[in-house]
Parts: sequence; C-alpha cells; structure tokens
Amino acid sequence: MAQGIDLILVLAMLLNFLVLGSSRLRACIRAVAFQGVLLSILPLLLHQGDLAVHMVALSAGMLALKGVLFPWLLLRTLRDGSMRAEIEPLIGFTASLLVGAVATVVAFVLSSRLPSLPSMTSSLLVPAAMTTLLISLVVLVSRTKALTQVLGYLMLENGIFLFGLTLVQSMPLLVELGVLLDLFAGVFIMGIVIYHISREFDHIDTYHLTTLKG
Amino acid sequence: MSVIPLLLSLGLALVCPPLLLGVIHKTKAILTGRVGAPVLQPYYDLWKLLQKGAVYSRTTSWVFRAGPLVSPAAFLTAALFVPLTTPSALLSFWGDVVLWAYLIGVARFITVLAALDTGSSFEGMGASREVTFASLAEPALFVALAVIAKVTGSVQLSEMFGPVLGQAWRTAGPALALAAASFFLVLLAENARMPVDDPTTHLELTMIHEVMVLDHSGPDFAFILYGSALKLFLFSVLLVRLLVPVHIGVVWLDLVIVVAGLLGLAVLIGIVESSMARLRLIRVPQLLVTSGVLAAVGLLLVWR
Amino acid sequence: MLLGVVLVPLVGAGVAFLLRSNRLRLALLIGIAVFHLALVISCWYQQPASLLGGWLAVDALGRIFLTLVSVLFVCAALYAVGYLQHEPRRSNRTFVGCLLGFLAAMSLVTVSQHLGLLWVAIEGTTLASAPLIYFHHSQRSLEATWKYLLICSVGIALALLGTFFVALAGSDHGADQLSLLVSELISHAGRLHLPWLKGGFLFFLVGYGTKMGLAPFHTWLPDAHSEAPSPASALLSGALLNCAFLGILRLFQVCLAAGLASFVQELLVVFGLLSLFVAAVFIVGQSDYKRMLAYSSVEHMGMLSLGVGLGGAGAYGAMLHAVNHSLTKALLFFVAGNILLAHGTKIATEVRGVLRRLPVSGALLLGGFFAITGAPPFGLFLSEFTILNAAVSQGHPVVATIYLALLAVVFLGMGAIVLPMAQGQPVAGVTGSSHVRGESGLLVGVPLVLLIAVLVLGLYVPPGLKEALTHAAQLVGGTP
Repeated sequence: MAQGIDLILVLAMLLNFLVLGSSRLRACIRAVAFQGVLLSILPLLLHQGDLAVHMVALSAGMLALKGVLFPWLLLRTLRDGSMRAEIEPLIGFTASLLVGAVATVVAFVLSSRLPSLPSMTSSLLVPAAMTTLLISLVVLVSRTKALTQVLGYLMLENGIFLFGLTLVQSMPLLVELGVLLDLFAGVFIMGIVIYHISREFDHIDTYHLTTLKG
Repeated sequence: MSVIPLLLSLGLALVCPPLLLGVIHKTKAILTGRVGAPVLQPYYDLWKLLQKGAVYSRTTSWVFRAGPLVSPAAFLTAALFVPLTTPSALLSFWGDVVLWAYLIGVARFITVLAALDTGSSFEGMGASREVTFASLAEPALFVALAVIAKVTGSVQLSEMFGPVLGQAWRTAGPALALAAASFFLVLLAENARMPVDDPTTHLELTMIHEVMVLDHSGPDFAFILYGSALKLFLFSVLLVRLLVPVHIGVVWLDLVIVVAGLLGLAVLIGIVESSMARLRLIRVPQLLVTSGVLAAVGLLLVWR
Repeated sequence: MLLGVVLVPLVGAGVAFLLRSNRLRLALLIGIAVFHLALVISCWYQQPASLLGGWLAVDALGRIFLTLVSVLFVCAALYAVGYLQHEPRRSNRTFVGCLLGFLAAMSLVTVSQHLGLLWVAIEGTTLASAPLIYFHHSQRSLEATWKYLLICSVGIALALLGTFFVALAGSDHGADQLSLLVSELISHAGRLHLPWLKGGFLFFLVGYGTKMGLAPFHTWLPDAHSEAPSPASALLSGALLNCAFLGILRLFQVCLAAGLASFVQELLVVFGLLSLFVAAVFIVGQSDYKRMLAYSSVEHMGMLSLGVGLGGAGAYGAMLHAVNHSLTKALLFFVAGNILLAHGTKIATEVRGVLRRLPVSGALLLGGFFAITGAPPFGLFLSEFTILNAAVSQGHPVVATIYLALLAVVFLGMGAIVLPMAQGQPVAGVTGSSHVRGESGLLVGVPLVLLIAVLVLGLYVPPGLKEALTHAAQLVGGTP
C-alpha cells in the first residue's frame, strides 16, 4: 500500500517535469489531467478505516473535474481558438528542467525542515506537494500563453490538494466540495476568457497583454 | 566459486554483443514490414571487415591508429567488472564503479582524439557533438549509479547489482525505477541509438557517433564496430540486472534469465527506434537533462 | 436571517438570468438590494442566531463589513440604473446576475466564521466579479479581466494553502483535531502549533492580501478597477477589498489569541507602509483618473493594514477608516463614471472644466477629492488622524513620519490631477456626448448622499456606530 502511494506521488512529481519539458500544449494538458487522475486516487488509498462517503465523493469529484472535464474544456478551447499548439517559454526547456530540479531539491529540503506533521501514511506527501507547488509557480511565471497559465494554476491547485491530504481526515466535506466548485467555476470562466482572448487578439499569448500599465 | 561460470560469462560477454545489434535490426525490420538481414549479420560484417586492408590518410598520426585499438580494449577491461550473474565479475574491488565509468570515458576520449587527428572539419564536428552530449550524459549516468549505490550501500559493481538489489526494490522502488529510466535514456544516448542519433543514417549533418569513425576502414573499423557493440552490451547487462534482480543461485538458470533479459531489451530498443523519430539536435540536451533530473529526483528520494 | 442575507441575492441572481426584460432585471436588482439592506439593518436590532453549528454567525466585525457591503450595494444598484441608460443598448443579464451573485458571495464572506467557508466565499467573489470587469467587451477590459482572474486565483489558492497550515497548527495534539471555526481556534489558541500558525498567517497575508490590493501583490487592481464599469468599480473598491481584509483579520484574531501579536502586527505595519509608498509613487503623474482612484484604494488598504497593525487606538481608527473609505471611494467612482459618460475618455489631461460642464458632478469631484485625501472636516480626516495619533502615542515616530510624508505626496499628486480636471475651460470637440449627460437624478443623487454621509461622519460619529466600531476594534486587538 505504502509503496503504491509512493509510486503515485513520484509519478505525479515526474508529470511536473513533463509539463516543464514538453513543447506541446496538448501533451501538457494531458500531463496535468493525468496528474489530477493520480491525485484523485490518493484520498482512497490514504484513508484509514472503512470507506467514508466523504472520501468517495472527494475522489469522484476530483476525477470528474481534473481528469475529464478540465482537459476536455482546455483541449476544446485549444481546438476552437485555432491557436498554435506550441509553447514558447520565456525560459528555455532545458533551463526550465534544471530550475525544476532545483525546485525539487528545495522542496525536499524545506519539507525536511518543516515542523512535525501529524502521523502520515507517506513521508513523500509533503515533498511532492511542495515540488508541485514550486514547479507550478515556475510554469505560471515562465509560460506566457493564457492556456499554460491555466495549467500552472491547475498544478498549483494539485499541489495544494496534495498538501491538504495531510489532513484529509479533518476537512469537512462541505469545504472540499466548495473548493472543487470554485475551481470548476474558475477554470470555466478562464476558458471563456481565453476564448475571447484568442478571438480578440488572434493569439493567446499574454505576453502581448501589456496595454494596461503604470 | 568455480571457474566455469566465470569463464562462461566472460565468453558470453565476448561473443554476444554483435548479436544484440542483430536482434535490434531484426526487430526494426519486422516492425517496418521488411524481412531484414539475418540476426547474425553483424558477425558477417565484422568478418568481412577483418579480411580487408586498412587505408590510412597521410595526414594522420599514431593517434588515429591507436583509437580503434584502445577503445575496444577499454570496453573489454570494463567488461571484466560487469557481473553477468551474481558471483561472477572477473575483477571486483571497492569502488570499481568509478573505474568502470571512466573506462567508458577513456574509450570516448581516444575515439574523439582519433577523429580530431584526421584534421577533417567534418569529423571534428562529430567529435564536438559527441563531447557535448557526453558532458550531459555522464552526470546523469553517475547520478543514476549513485542512486543504486545509495540503495545497496555499496560502490562495487558486483554488489550493487547483486542480490541486495532485489530487496532494495521493495523498500526504494520508486527511486530505483527513476534510476532505471534515467539509465535507459543514457544507454540510448551513449550508444548512439535512435532518439539521440540515427545509427543507420549517413546524412552527415545529423550523425554524431558515426561521423567520427568515417575515416576508419578494414580491421580498424571492425574493432570499432565490435567496441560499440560491446559498449551497448555492457550498458544493457547493467540495465537488465537492475530491472530483473532475480537471483536463483543456479548459475545456468541465472545466465539464461540474463540472456533472455538482454534479448528482451534489444527488442525494446528496436521498438523504441522504430516508433520514434530522431530528435532535433537542439532537443537532445533536453532529453539528457531530463535523464539527469530523473536520476536526481531518485537520489533525493533515497537520500532524505 | 443569516441564510437570507446570502441566499436571497443568490436566488435573485438565478432569477436575473431567467428574466427576459432589462427593465424587470433592474427592478429586481433594486428590490433585492433594498431587501438585503433591510435584512442587514434588522441584524443591528436583533442579534441573529448562528447557523450550521456556528459556521455562519455575525460578530461585531462581520456586522460592520456586512453593513458596508449592503449600503454600498444599494448605492451601486441605484447608480447602475442611471448609468446603464447611457451605455449602448445591450442585454444587462450577465451584469445584473453577476452583481447579485457578487453580493451573495460578499455577504457570505462577512458572515462565515469557518476559515474553509471563508475561502470558498472569497474565491466566489472573484468568480462573480470577473464578468463585471469584462462588461465592456473590449481588448482592454479583456486584459484586465484576465489579470484579475489569474492573479487573484493564484493568490487565493495560496490562501487555501494557508488555511491548511492553520488546520495543521490545530492538529498537533493527536486525535482531537481542532476545526477551523474562528471561535474554536481562539478559545484553544494555547494549543495551536505556532510555526504552522505563523506560516498560515503569511500565506493568508499573501493570498488575501493579493485580493485586498496590498503592495506588492496589487498589480491586478488598477487594471480591474479602471476597466470595470463605474458601479462595479465602486463595489470592487469599497466593498470587495474590505471583504478580503476581513479574511486576513479573521486569522489575525487567532494569532492575537495565540500570542503572536508582535509578529503579525509588524507584518501588517510593513505591508501597510509599503502599500502607501507604492500607491503614492503611482498616483503622482498618473494619466488615467480611474487608475488614480484605484491606486488610491491601494493606499487606503495600506492605511487599514497599518491601523490594525499598530493596534490600540489604531484598530479603532482602521475600522472607522474602512467605513469612511468605502463611502468616499464609491462616491468618487460614481463621479468618475459621470465624467467618463460625459467626456468619453479616462485620460485626465483630456478632461477639463468639469465644474462648468457638469456643475454638480464637478462639485462632487472636488468634495470627494478633499474627502479622500483626508482633509478636514470629512470623516477620513478623523480616521487618518486617529491612526496617526496611535502611531505617535505608541512610540513609532518613524512610522508616523513616513505615513505623514506619504499622505502629503498623495495629496499633492491627486491634487495635481483632479484640480485641473475640475477647473479650466471645457476642451472643445471632446468626443462623448453631444448633449451633456451624466447630470440626471440618480447619477448625481447617489454620490451626493454619500458625500453628505462622509461629511457627517467627520463631524459627528453616532454613538451606536461608535460602540459597534469599538467592539469590532476590540476583536482585532484594539483598545479604546
């Protein structure tokens, strides 16, 4: 069991690198979706004791949103917007990968310095969460397409979700469903805005969104 | 420890390498719908080359002639440390993994020197590419080996890839999987296989390894071909031992398992080669850095 | 009653999306705004029972912010009725629906006592208000909406991380995990694990601080506030920023109870001064008058943060200031809306002679300018002076000096922009309207009422309000 959890966490971490290293928007969307699917399994594995409705609802919600709905939405936006599916990062791919590696090291060091956590099934949980958080910030900063920024936001959410798993027993269902709902609405609205951006500007590169300043 | 298994595995190491190449070629041929050359074709090629005479350019020096001799020799020496089955590396001492890695390095060094010795800008270009990529592949290799060393608590090849590894998979599975993935990428890069280099092409601008040895001919070229086959064999053995850490105790059975693993790996490489296009040269460093990052994450996992 | 405060606007939003007629929707908007205000006023006379096991409750702090939201919403709704008449013919379905949804989310922020629910509510405000910013469907509004959505979403995601940190801080003692109810956290503050709590507060400050417009996380604010239509800008500036501040204050209360007073107060002071500084720098020489107002919001949020950070009388000053600033800023955004309608430009140098062209709006602009920069006898003078007094009396002369100097810079900077706008000759041939618009009843009536309110608050704080503010200030470490 513990091995399985570790394996999922490591896979989730590696998907971060896939997003950093891939130049194809489609591949990135799929990677983030797969990450969401992996994470949606975790609450069930981490839960001790008999299966609560709480956990199942959370898992199902995660799976439906991050594994199915979001990728579908984003891929559709990508197709309808007739935008180039290549990523042109501000930081090169190789450099991004190296930054990602540094972020991973920092995440591991940080999480070893953190004050003691309540008993956890996997000691990898916090490092994996931190890694995902840091790398999502790298993606947010270094990728200029509106779609990739949404991906970065989703990765950030994934990282926070991972972190939240440390207290999966104590968060009320209502809150978690609320979080999921907000996330859904957020990505939905972002999708609409991206659609408008691609129509208005003929591209979805936020690098050109520079009219407003000062 | 009896002498027979040792001799047997040494024999395998000497005889097997071209066979791996043959299997790879055959797999690619079948996957692309061709009949393809016989599996033993690499042996015929070597035999043919050995019977020819060598041609040396007047501008070359002894370095050019030393290349084809030193590099197979280095690989052969390295082969002595590689444990085909468990108690059976011919030579083994504490820290031999560093020597092993540097023997590979020596072979590369002399090959590059020989290429530069021709004075051809063309071969210089190949040498430059080889060195560039090697400078990224070697760290990845070392980090991957470090993961295994950390997990098994040893820096001795025959122990690192020994029975301890089997238990280590149970405690540090993810890290070892990462190391294996990294190792596989390094294997592809180091042996000029597909996503990095196209071993079948003779388009000058895209070659890496092949372009360095263009001026070698006859027996010299045979030695080089044999050397690179041996290099592939060495990496493959380590990867197979890493992925299939079975240790039954009966030498024959263990050997059969390893050989089966080798053949399986060769088929896998063939599949990778026929399903992937060669990467653009500027993307190759990215692949190698990925490999290094994979291994580094693995190292982090075990070094916490 | 508490559920009504949240659910009525929410249902109204749903109905607004179903209604077909623009007129009916506006009537619905006004109706719900007034009804909401009535509900909120009744809260003052009869303390509503807490609901859902204490998740929803109104305390002194929440009540002030809730009332502010409600009052401003009524003003904005009335103003919007006048304002939308001058906008090009277009369905106001999304606008009205999202305004009502926005009201529901903001009300939920003020009444939620559970940090998780609070998060959901604040994220809800972002989502409900994003379409409001995109009202004009132009490239610029699109850019503003995108920045708003993305920056705030990321910021608020970090606040969620902070919420988890707080939960971890409460889970250190084996089985009995503390819930995230503010009251429960405060009463068990001694048991909280301090490093986690500190981390949690930092993330709250960064996360909700982004939403609140604290420098250096304010970058979305000038864009969003300047591109949104004026009624929405007024709500964003006057109500939403306060709600985000309330998010920080909730954890601030917990930190005070846990004995982290000096740590969190210093943080608030530093970020407050930084916001003041950044706002002052960007106000001087600002060419767009709506952006100027947006930066002024950053400035005043800095003051709120500074006041609470100073503690003591400063907390009371901050509460009073929140009230004053909300009213004044709404007034100014309304006036800016009038000017924009009449002149068709947001460039300050192209607007001249407002006093001649729009006499009432011009007078309101001048009045609003003096009010927002803290000139006596307006309410902001009183609250800003209270905060200054707190800084001096608590032995922070450096803070007080910086504060005063920055206020002076802002006064000069804004004066240099606003005074030429109000005076001078109207520029001939300004695009915009052929006939003078923007002087019709609601468009000047609403801001006029607000100006009078601010003026009254400067001369006389009603005892009931004073008591409520004092209560609220005590919750965040204030002493009378």
